Amino acid sequence: MVERSIRVERLWSWRTFFLQWEWLLVLIFIAVNIVNSTLSPYYFTADTFLQTPMTFLDMSFLVLPMTMVIILGNIDISVGSTVALSAVVMAVAYNAGLPMVLSIVLCLLVASACGLVNGLLMTRFKELSSVIVTLATMIIYRGIAYVILQDQAAGKFPKWYSALGWGSVGKVPIILIVFAICAVVFGLLLHKTSFGRKIYGMGSNLTASRYSGVNTDSIIMIVSVLTGLMAGFTALFLSSRMGSTRPNVAQGYELSVIAMVVLGGVSTSGGKGRIAGPLLAIFIIGFLNYGLGLVNVQAQVLLIIVGLLLILSVLVLNVRFGGRYKRSVPGTAKKLAAQEHSSETTP
Amino acid sequence: MRRSASFTESFRELGLLVFIVIICAIFQIRNHNFLTLENIDDLLTNTAILSIMSVGMMMVILTRGIDLSVGSTVAIAGMVSALTVQFFRGISPVVSVLESVAVGTVVGILNGLLVARFNVLPIIATLGTMNVIRGLTYVISGGAWVSSYQMSSGFKGIATGELLGVSNPIIMAVVINVAFFYFINHMRTGRQIYAVGSNPEAADISGIPRRRIIWLVYTLMGALSGLGGVIWVAKFASAQSDTATGFELSVIAATVLGGVSIAGGSGKVSGLILGTILLGILNNALPLINVSPFWQQAIQGVVILAAVLTNVLVKRNNQRFALRRRAI
Amino acid sequence: MRKFLIRAAVIVAIMAIALPVALFASGGKEQGGGAAGGTAKYAIVFKNTGNPYGDRQMGGFKAGIEEQGFQAILRAPDQPTAEAQIQILEQLISQKVAAICIVGNDKDALQPVLTKAMSQGIKVFSLDSGVNPQSRMVHVNQADSEKIGTTLIQAAYDMSGGSGDIAILSATSQATNQNLWIDFMKKTLAQPKYANLHLVKIAYGDDIRDKSVSEAEGLLQSFPNLKVIIAPTTVGIAAAGKVLTDKGLGGKVFLTGLGLPSEMATYIENGVCPYMFLWNPIDVGYLGAYTATALVSGKITGKVGEKFTAGRLGEKVITQAPDGGTEILLGPPFKFDKNNIEDWKKVY
Repeated sequence: MVERSIRVERLWSWRTFFLQWEWLLVLIFIAVNIVNSTLSPYYFTADTFLQTPMTFLDMSFLVLPMTMVIILGNIDISVGSTVALSAVVMAVAYNAGLPMVLSIVLCLLVASACGLVNGLLMTRFKELSSVIVTLATMIIYRGIAYVILQDQAAGKFPKWYSALGWGSVGKVPIILIVFAICAVVFGLLLHKTSFGRKIYGMGSNLTASRYSGVNTDSIIMIVSVLTGLMAGFTALFLSSRMGSTRPNVAQGYELSVIAMVVLGGVSTSGGKGRIAGPLLAIFIIGFLNYGLGLVNVQAQVLLIIVGLLLILSVLVLNVRFGGRYKRSVPGTAKKLAAQEHSSETTP
Repeated sequence: MRRSASFTESFRELGLLVFIVIICAIFQIRNHNFLTLENIDDLLTNTAILSIMSVGMMMVILTRGIDLSVGSTVAIAGMVSALTVQFFRGISPVVSVLESVAVGTVVGILNGLLVARFNVLPIIATLGTMNVIRGLTYVISGGAWVSSYQMSSGFKGIATGELLGVSNPIIMAVVINVAFFYFINHMRTGRQIYAVGSNPEAADISGIPRRRIIWLVYTLMGALSGLGGVIWVAKFASAQSDTATGFELSVIAATVLGGVSIAGGSGKVSGLILGTILLGILNNALPLINVSPFWQQAIQGVVILAAVLTNVLVKRNNQRFALRRRAI
Repeated sequence: MRKFLIRAAVIVAIMAIALPVALFASGGKEQGGGAAGGTAKYAIVFKNTGNPYGDRQMGGFKAGIEEQGFQAILRAPDQPTAEAQIQILEQLISQKVAAICIVGNDKDALQPVLTKAMSQGIKVFSLDSGVNPQSRMVHVNQADSEKIGTTLIQAAYDMSGGSGDIAILSATSQATNQNLWIDFMKKTLAQPKYANLHLVKIAYGDDIRDKSVSEAEGLLQSFPNLKVIIAPTTVGIAAAGKVLTDKGLGGKVFLTGLGLPSEMATYIENGVCPYMFLWNPIDVGYLGAYTATALVSGKITGKVGEKFTAGRLGEKVITQAPDGGTEILLGPPFKFDKNNIEDWKKVY
C-alpha cells in the first residue's frame, strides 16, 4: 500500500512569488550596486543615480515596444536605422527653415511611418518572418539616411533643444521623467488592457488567437507603429545629447536593446515576460557599465562581463531547476504554486 | 488526366533564381566587366567564407535556433592560427586549418552545451558567447595583431592558392556544400535535424536524440566558423581582434534570404546557395555599377526586399496553380 | 528556505566573478583621489579598441604622462561610435580628471559633453582625429593636413609618370581626418601641374577589411586604365596591397597612402607600394601627454603663438588650424620605402 501524505494546497505562497525572474534581477541590481560602490568612491552619490541614467536612457525608449514585439514572438532589428533616418530628416528640415517644433513633429512622423511600413510588410506578406522584413528595412532606412545627408553632419539646433537630453527639472533629468511616463504607459498597455492580453495570446499561439477573433493584423500594425514612435523619441533625445546628427548614429542599438529585453526575462519564443524585467535590465546594464567605467575597466573586459552576466543569470537557475526557468506569464504565480504542490504528491 | 508537376512547383526558390538573373543582367549593362571570368572568380572567392558558414547557420536555424557568435568565433580561430604561424613559421598550412577548425569546434561545443544541456535560449546563449569570445580574442592577442610579413607564404596560400585554376576557398565551399547536401537530404542524422526543428516534442517522442542533435548542429557551426576564420585571416593576410565584427548578420541574412524559415524545420539547400550568391553579388557588384557610394546601402536594401517579395509572390502563384489543378 | 539559499548563492557567485575581474582589470582597488588627494589623472579616449595604431598612440601618451609623474587613464570603446565615447567621457568627468585628450569618432557629436567637461574645469583637447573648435582648447595634429594632401598627390604624380587615372580608397564617408585630407588632395589636383592626373573615384572601404577589398577590386574592374590608388587609411591601404599582390598587378598599378609599416612590409618589399607615408603614433601620443600637462599647469591656453616644451620632442608652437581653431603639429609625414621598412616593421 502506498502511503500518501496529505498536503494543504495553497493558491499562493511567498516561495513561488519570489521564484519569479524579476526578483532575481532585483538581486542582481543590488549586487551590481554593491560591487560598484566598493570599487569607486565616486559611485554612491545621489547625483549618480539621478544623472547617470541620462547616458543610457536614450536607447531605453526602444526597450519598451521591443518587449511587446518579442512577446508577440517577432523581432525588430530595424530600430537603429529608424532612429538614424528620423533624426536626419529632422535635422535637415530644421536647417532648411522648418521651425524646430514642427521638425520634432516631423521626426516622430517619419519614425512612425517607418514602423508602419514594417507593419504593412509583415501583415501583407505573412510568409515572411519578421527577421527578414526588418533586416531589409534596417538596410533601406539607413541607406535613405545616407542618401539624404551623405558625409555631412546636420545640427545647430536651438539652445533650448539641448535641454531635452541634458536638462533637469530640479535634480531629476527630463529624459528620466519622459521615460518614466512612457514606461508607465507601456506597462499599463501591456498588463491592464485587452490589447495587452491579446499580445500575450498571439505570442503563445497565433493561430488560436486569430480563430478566437483577435484582429492579429491590426495588433501587429499598432505594435509596429509604436516601435517606430519610440524610435522617434530615441532620435530626439540622442540628437539633443549630441547636438548634431549623421547618417551613422544609433548603429548597433538593436542588439543592445534585444539583450536588455532578453535579460529582462522576456522569452523569444513568445508569450512570456512582463515589463518590469526589461526595465530592471536597463538599469542593471546601465549602472554596471557606468560603475565599471568609473574605475576604467577596459571595454573588452566589460564585454566579457556583460556576456557572462547574461549567460550566468539564465544558467544557474536552469541548472538547478532542470527545465527552462519559469518565466512569468502574469497571473500564474498561483498556478505555479498549484503545480509545485501537485507534482510533489505524485509517487 | 494528370499533368506532371510543372518546373515552377518543384523548384521552390525559382523566384529567387529569376531575380538573381535579372540583377546580373542589370549589373552587366551598367558595367561590362561584371560577368568576366576574373570578376566572377573574385566574387566567388569573396563569397566562399559566407557560403561555408551559412551551411552551418542553416543547420542551426533548422533546429529553431540561432547563432550570433559566429563573427567572434571567426576572429578567435583566425587569431589563434595566425599567432601560431607567427611563432612557428614552418608549420604546414594543413595543420593551421585543422587548428583553426579545432578552436571553432570548441566554441561550438560551448554553445551546444549551453543550449542543449542547460536549456538556455539560443539567442541569449550566443549573444553571451559572442561578447565573451570577442573579449577573449583581445586578451589572447594582447591587443597586438598579426601582419602579412609575419605569416608564411604557405599560410597565405590557404586562401590564394589554386587547384586546377580554381581558388582554394571556392573549392572548399563547393566541397562543403555538396557534402552538406548529401548529409541533410540523404543521411539519417541530417533528416533528424529537420524533424527536431519541425516539431521538437514529436521528435523527442519518436526517439530522436534531440539534445544530441542540437549539440551537434552548434558544434558543426563552430567548426565551420573555425574554417571560415583561417580562410579569412589568410585571405586578408591580417589578424586583428575586431575581425569579422558584425559578420553574423551577413551569414544570417544569406541563410534567411534563401528561404530557410526562422521558425525552424524547413529550408532547402538550393535556396541557401541562391541566398548566399545574391548577398555575394550585392557585396561585390555594388562598387562596380558606378553609382554614388552613398546610394550603395539603399540599393542593397531595396534589392534584398525585392528579392524576398518576388520569392513570396512566386510561391503564392505556385500554390494557387496547385489548387486550381486539384479542382479539375 | 532552500530556494533562498540558492538565490543567495547566485548573488555570491556573480559578485565573486565580477569583483575580482573588475579589480584585476582596473589594476587595483584605489583609483579614487583625483585632484583632491593623490596624483592627478590624465585621460586619453581613443576611437576603438583592438586598433593597433590606437594602442601605440595610447602607449605613447601613457609614457609621456608617467614620465612627468602623473597617472594616465587609457580608454576606448569597443565600437567606433560617438555614442560610446560620450558614455566614457561622462565617466571621466565623474572621476574629476585633470585633462581629457580625445581622438574623436565624430567631429560634432561630442560638443555637448566636451563643453560640459570644460565647464567643470577639465582641460579638453583633441588628438589625431579632431573635434570642432567649440569642443576643444587646441588640437594636436600629427602632420599638416595640407601637406599630407600635397605629398600624396605628388607621390601619385611620380608613380603614374605624370598622367593617368587615379582613385582614392578612403575609410568611412564620415571620417573627419580622411575627408580633410581628401579636400586638400582635390585642391592640389586643381593646380595646373597636375592637369593630366584624373581623379576617377573616391571609394569608401569603411575601414572594414572585406569591404575595402571589394571596393579595391571594384576600382580595378571599373577603371582598367587606373594607374595609382591612394589609400589614406591603414586598413584600406593594406587591403589594396593584398588585392594588387594577388592579382599580380605590381608594376602596372601603384599604391600609396598612409599605412602601418608592419602591415605594409610585404607590399613595400614586393614593389606593389613603392613608398607610403605615416608618422609615429607613439610620438603623437607622447606630444599629447605634454600638451595635456601644459594646459593644466596653465603654461598654454590654446592661443596661436604660445610655446611649450614637449619632452624629448623639443619646443612646440601653437598655430592656426584650417577649421578655425588652433593646432599643434608633430612634424612632417614620414616616408616608408624599401630602404627603411625592415627597421620600422617591427616597431609598429
